[in-house]
Amino acid sequence: MPFIPHTETDVAQMLSTIGASSFDALFDEIPPELRCGELKHVPPRLTEMEVARLMHGRAHQDRHGLSFIGAGAYEHHIPAAVWEITTRGEYYSAYTPYQAEASQGTLQLLYEYQSMMTALTGMDVSNASMYDGASALAEAVLMAERAHADGKRRVVVPRTLHPLYRKVLFALIDAQNIEIVELPADADGRTDIAALSALDAGSFTCLVIPQPNFFGVFEDVDTLTDLARSKGAMVIAVVNPVSLAVLRPPGEWGSGTSGDGIGVDIVCGDGQPLGAPLSSGGPYFGFLTARQAFVRQMPGRIVGRTVDLDGKPGFTLTLQAREQHIRRSKATSNICTNQGLLVTAATIHMSLLGAEGLARVASASLNGTAELTAMLCEIPGVERVFASPGFHEAVIRLPQPVAPVLAALASAHGVLGGFDLSADYPELGHALLICVTETKTPADLRHYRDALATVLAAAA
Amino acid sequence: MSEPLIFERSSPGRAAHAQRPAAAPQLSAIPESLRRKAAPAMPEVSELQAVRHYTRLSKRNFSIDTHFYPLGSCTMKYNPRACNTLAMLPEFLQRHPLAPMSHSQGFLACMYDLQEILKDVTGMAGVSLTPMAGAQGEFAGVAMIRAYHRARGDSARTEILVPDAAHGTNPATATMMGYTAREIPTDAEGDVDIEALRAAVGPQTAGIMLTNPSTLGVFERRIKQIAGIVHDAGGLLYYDGANLNAILGQVRPGDMGFDVIHMNLHKTFSTPHGGGGPGAGAVGVSQRLLPFMPIPIVGKDGDHFRWLDEADLPQSIGRLSTFMGNAGVLLRAYVYARMLGRDGMRRVAEYATLNANYLQARLRAQGFDLAFPGRRASHEFIVTLKRQKQQLDLTATDIAKRLLDYGFHAPTVYFPLLVPECLLIEPTETEDKATLDLFVDALVAIWAEAKRDIAYVKGAPYTMPVRRLDDVRAARQLDIRYQPAR
Repeated sequence: MPFIPHTETDVAQMLSTIGASSFDALFDEIPPELRCGELKHVPPRLTEMEVARLMHGRAHQDRHGLSFIGAGAYEHHIPAAVWEITTRGEYYSAYTPYQAEASQGTLQLLYEYQSMMTALTGMDVSNASMYDGASALAEAVLMAERAHADGKRRVVVPRTLHPLYRKVLFALIDAQNIEIVELPADADGRTDIAALSALDAGSFTCLVIPQPNFFGVFEDVDTLTDLARSKGAMVIAVVNPVSLAVLRPPGEWGSGTSGDGIGVDIVCGDGQPLGAPLSSGGPYFGFLTARQAFVRQMPGRIVGRTVDLDGKPGFTLTLQAREQHIRRSKATSNICTNQGLLVTAATIHMSLLGAEGLARVASASLNGTAELTAMLCEIPGVERVFASPGFHEAVIRLPQPVAPVLAALASAHGVLGGFDLSADYPELGHALLICVTETKTPADLRHYRDALATVLAAAA
Repeated sequence: MSEPLIFERSSPGRAAHAQRPAAAPQLSAIPESLRRKAAPAMPEVSELQAVRHYTRLSKRNFSIDTHFYPLGSCTMKYNPRACNTLAMLPEFLQRHPLAPMSHSQGFLACMYDLQEILKDVTGMAGVSLTPMAGAQGEFAGVAMIRAYHRARGDSARTEILVPDAAHGTNPATATMMGYTAREIPTDAEGDVDIEALRAAVGPQTAGIMLTNPSTLGVFERRIKQIAGIVHDAGGLLYYDGANLNAILGQVRPGDMGFDVIHMNLHKTFSTPHGGGGPGAGAVGVSQRLLPFMPIPIVGKDGDHFRWLDEADLPQSIGRLSTFMGNAGVLLRAYVYARMLGRDGMRRVAEYATLNANYLQARLRAQGFDLAFPGRRASHEFIVTLKRQKQQLDLTATDIAKRLLDYGFHAPTVYFPLLVPECLLIEPTETEDKATLDLFVDALVAIWAEAKRDIAYVKGAPYTMPVRRLDDVRAARQLDIRYQPAR
């Protein structure tokens, strides 16, 4: 019997202690007409060896090509030690650290994580994680609404934000009567400053600023932050954590001229680039950091350092009065389980790379992307869409519809050529979002160029 | 011995050289005004320092692999290693969420099979795997209830009914969806108070959120009657799958009359708790909620698998995660389901129930008070320490902390809220009789200790890395990040 340790003798003794005649007697309070028969669509069991064979076969079907897809999930080198340690049973099979004395390992690690995330983002406080980047943004918007309780219930979101983040944001806040106002992109692929200027002061709760944005382009974060503040709105930054090793952190955005001090109010994003494998989209983790003033509005778990009965330092979950298991219908969020194991991986990943290592990853990615963009634009008919500088993604335009080109690149050349933008941004024409990280060599870039040239020539 | 913070191991200029790119940063492409001026305060350590630090920290944890965790409502069963190994095959780890369908058939086949298995074990018509945890599954479920009423033009329904024994996530979710949560009392036997339910339902009722067996550890016997009352009022029934382990392969929520269910795959399907996630909160729905399921879902055209999205389900409640939820967790659940097979599913509930009833019988024989002594335990049950509190000042917290010294994780304490000084005990099917017996011995021994010297028990734990922590200080003198001495 898989995963059941009982012997027949055990069962007989236990039933006798209970005073039950059989297993069926244990279910005698369930109305008999509700009992189900055999499960017809669950197949008979496989042994570990048989299921391994099945899964290896399935995995083999998805053999990986040379991927230049980013769009919110990025291929980075993950040090071997990261998942070797993360999958130790003491982390992998531990429960949420509610019993602090028996969970000091996880709790101290989370405290270290919170310290690293506040350092990266330049903010005061961090929680212990959210589900993913898109849902973290929704929680950030709800947090801003709680902190800015003036009844506006309008959030301004640029079209340069990841289209899937915009969809998730809508799904998660739709029921709470919050209006989403979309700002267009300008010709440089940045948020249209004039459109933001045109909004009335006091007419919205918060502005969302992605940096880098979905096109990989750098937003003019200082102007956007100052403008939003001058209109009485809060600012939420959506950032790539690896980019923060080289980009000015959101805690330093803006000129501070509005009198609220420098920096945004809330920072969120997806922690995937910090040690989470691509893994078909999850599990990743969302991060959320903020100014000190908003700590009691934060959703999710927070770890604090304190002392024990002997005055010895230790770690515990704190400010739990915000959470659903205490506050129930008045909680800051319904979130309970978050992404602890991914935070474990991220904390080890950040410790191994350090600030300098993350800066090297960021630099290799952004320079590789610039190089590939230049190489692809040597192909007749291929052009850059935005002149403005960017991080590790860029938009190029093809002389033909994107989908068949991507299909041919994948099937004939083993190249996954990027993310087709034509459905989400039809105004950009045959636009393709490409991504290069430190995992790609100059030979990989040349392979992509040669493959694209061949495919385009064949179709032309 | 305490372990310093990783920051306190740090020395300027030290690095794990093999793990980072060889080339120093070249940042001239970034406009000066956007470039970071000062490096973030991150640790600078060698590979060995990091490995040793995080290995040492791991040893300061309890876990299923090292300890028995009788945590009620959490189903801390063994997490089979093969599930992890096979979900971490390189091809699965490297698959980009936006990879073309031609490079995704193996993964999608696993997800499709898992959908079919979960449909069968819950008795529902459709399953979506995307919710990333139980609470998000609840969100999806209530969102579908809302979408259903709206699609019928029924906008008067403003209330969600929630029994007073429910998890905190239930009322919190109802609020997030714009509903008012209205509590329904429990009767003396642990069942929903039917008269109170009758009085509460009406044209304002959007639905009811129920856990069955309930968090009181007993099966809600009048579930068909409850379903009738709520359905007659035009409301829908939501099944909180927290306790699905108790009935796996025995009773199906769909057959009880539920319209929507979320499953905690990190409980029933044995994916790891990971020290607080990731979870996976797949949802199942009855026929009438099919159009509203969260996307994406895996569909099958002939032999070809593909994502179903907005185009296929225009009335969907939408996307809950950037891509498709916690895919790697779902792969683990799939491997587990295949290793259990159809007979294994049934045995999960049988042996989980056997273990719970055995523990309950043994503790009762030792003089502990049960919250519902007249009832059969489901996969869990409640001991109340009201008498010990009155006689000895021995509280649930005291027992919980002292158990740690005996090498057992504490049961769930002070939940459900309506039973005073309660221990909610769930042994799961993967524990053997000898472990259960040792656990009984430990509880008996602690009670005896309390009779001799209550102060000693109240000082526990003594053998953990730290003793009881000052939670008040943690909240008042907030220290939630490392700040280097200036």
